[in-house]
Amino acid sequence: MAKGILVFAEVKDGKVKNVAFEMLSAGRKIAGQTGDELAAVLIGKGVAGLAGSLAEYGADKIYVAEDDKLAQYTTDAYSKVLADLIKETDPATVLFGCTVLGRDLAAKTAQKVKAGLLSDCIAMEIEGGNLVFTRPVYSGKALLKAGIPESSPAMATIRPNVLTAEPGAGKGEVVNYAVKLDAGDLRQVIKDVILQISSRPELTEANVIVSGGRGMKGPEGFKVLEDLADVLGGAVGASRAAVDAGWIGQNLQVGQTGKVVSPTLYFACGISGAIQHMAGMSSSKCIVAINKDEEAAIFRVADYGIVGDLFEVVPILTEEIKKVVGK
Amino acid sequence: MNIAVLLKQTFDTEAKIEIAGGAINKKGVGLIVNPYDEYAVEEALKLKEKNGGEVTIISVGADTPDAMRQALAMGADKAISVEDPALEGGDEYTTAVVLAKAVSTIPYDLILAGWREGSAQVAVRVAEELGLPHINVVTKLDVDGGKATATRDIEGGNEIVEVPVPAVITAQKGLNEPRYPSMKGIMQAKKKPIQKLSLGDLGLSADQVAAKVKVQSYFLPSAKAAGKMIAGEAPQAAAELARLLREEANAI
Ligand SMILES: Cc1cc2nc3c(=O)[nH]c(=O)nc-3n(C[C@H](O)[C@H](O)[C@H](O)COP(=O)(O)OP(=O)(O)OC[C@H]3O[C@@H](n4cnc5c(N)ncnc54)[C@H](O)[C@@H]3O)c2cc1C
Ligand SMILES: Cc1cc2nc3c(=O)[nH]c(=O)nc-3n(C[C@H](O)[C@H](O)[C@H](O)COP(=O)(O)OP(=O)(O)OC[C@H]3O[C@@H](n4cnc5c(N)ncnc54)[C@H](O)[C@@H]3O)c2cc1C
Repeated sequence: MAKGILVFAEVKDGKVKNVAFEMLSAGRKIAGQTGDELAAVLIGKGVAGLAGSLAEYGADKIYVAEDDKLAQYTTDAYSKVLADLIKETDPATVLFGCTVLGRDLAAKTAQKVKAGLLSDCIAMEIEGGNLVFTRPVYSGKALLKAGIPESSPAMATIRPNVLTAEPGAGKGEVVNYAVKLDAGDLRQVIKDVILQISSRPELTEANVIVSGGRGMKGPEGFKVLEDLADVLGGAVGASRAAVDAGWIGQNLQVGQTGKVVSPTLYFACGISGAIQHMAGMSSSKCIVAINKDEEAAIFRVADYGIVGDLFEVVPILTEEIKKVVGK
Repeated sequence: MNIAVLLKQTFDTEAKIEIAGGAINKKGVGLIVNPYDEYAVEEALKLKEKNGGEVTIISVGADTPDAMRQALAMGADKAISVEDPALEGGDEYTTAVVLAKAVSTIPYDLILAGWREGSAQVAVRVAEELGLPHINVVTKLDVDGGKATATRDIEGGNEIVEVPVPAVITAQKGLNEPRYPSMKGIMQAKKKPIQKLSLGDLGLSADQVAAKVKVQSYFLPSAKAAGKMIAGEAPQAAAELARLLREEANAI
């Protein structure tokens, strides 16, 4: 009988991603109700030192799978290790962050162990003794509640920033997991990695996002948004109109064909609020719209709206926020 | 080079979603080709133009004649559509197992599919089911000498990955500019074959493809309370907004 929760702890730049702590905190509550064990797994090279941080967020057991062949992420290698671990330890539930890497790994691993997988979940809770997940469907226009009753394990990817990370001590037992990888398992060869250096957080995990649209008028326009983002330690995003105009990188597009984000605070500046844009940001906790057209659809989802010229409003707002946050 | 393209229709984003009898009401909802799948079709056609071979469109479980005709009008050679009452209520596992079987009915060197922020399970599952490597979220692709080399999006940048073919590749925006079907293409598409298969034709039983995910309920997001419009000249409005974000919304 499958038992317990296993959280895949994604590591980026030598640190565990926050979404792993968010999943552990939620998992801790569920484990508290069911008496299940809460485990986490670290995969990579030189990652063992991160086990302590997982215990601080509630992990009872931390599997550490280290190998030279795991120094760089490949789906082939990571999914093999994870599928082996799942087969050996038989968890009832396996959770991943819904990140580029998490999605890729979860789908491959799910098919390896013939498990059901719910993607991009925004909540999980025990209902009638079963773990039930909530996920948006149809670009967030409807929500779906589902469970994965018979398959073992039930798998899900959880959207970053929707659950709250809270420290909560777990037993923190570290188990070194012996990796079994053959050359035949590894068909993907990484030839090169090109990273854009940015001091700002990743869009899907940022707490604050300042987005601009066609109203930015050109690439230079984004400077005022960057200043605001930097005061709040946030990321800069964009509508498709701004991306298509070539003013900003495609990786920063928010929306149906861009990234889906759920920050605490989302600023939409010079963005009209097309349905395809809203599909990517309407689950933000607090939305601010700045637009010179008072009829703009974005005001309908905004918690706070200012009708005005963004080039006038945003720089003043940046100064006012500096005062408020004491910078 | 023979290429299979996995194609599906999705709801038109502009469509209004209603829930009736505990399920999404699909009546009267416009369907469009999944935008990412258009990139997959385009890439397949480009590779065919360069290397020869056939492009086969494969779709499972959804009523997709329009999407298939569009892909055929763009230049794909033929299509396979798997339809079966037993697919009702299927999930990504179901879809992938059936797609893998359907792809296996044709000779192929490459499988192309779409990638979508959100789910993105089906193509990767198909790769695993067929024992193939895959490269996800691809914005540039070269296929040569038994290898596929692709540039793919990763967090904070890109990476270049190489795999032996056959392989599964999922297309991301930026891979190409999908062509519009020409008048001639649209006429020709009418004569191109769409092969209809059932689960039985593929040697599959309903049990083998039963969904893992059990849907409990659909519901609409709760309506948002009306927001606050902050009046006044820019300096007053901006100061007031900063205060509200701090004191009322607890957001900064
Ligand atoms: C299949 C499909 C997928 C799509 N996917 C996406 C997606 O992922 N993301 C996305 O964003 N869009 C997407 N779109 C496009 C979407 O439909 C809209 O065209 C786009 O979001 C519009 O961008 P915008 O709001 O920046 O531009 P516009 O609609 O042109 O709005 C510009 C706004 O700026 C305001 N403005 C101008 N100057 C100022 C100023 N000085 N101060 C204040 N306000 C000003 C104007 O009043 C206006 O409201 C998609 C479309 C399709 C068909
Ligand atoms: C009643 C019901 C309601 C559903 N409602 C939704 C819903 O609201 N939203 C939702 O996302 N899913 C829904 N599904 C599930 C959905 O039909 C399948 O799970 C689907 O195959 C997953 O699509 P995806 O785009 O999320 O998968 P992805 O894994 O993102 O698909 C990626 C790519 O895989 C290929 N692909 C996927 N499915 C097919 C297919 N059937 N045929 C050919 N190629 C395919 C395409 O190339 C596609 O671009 C529903 C299913 C049922 C039975």
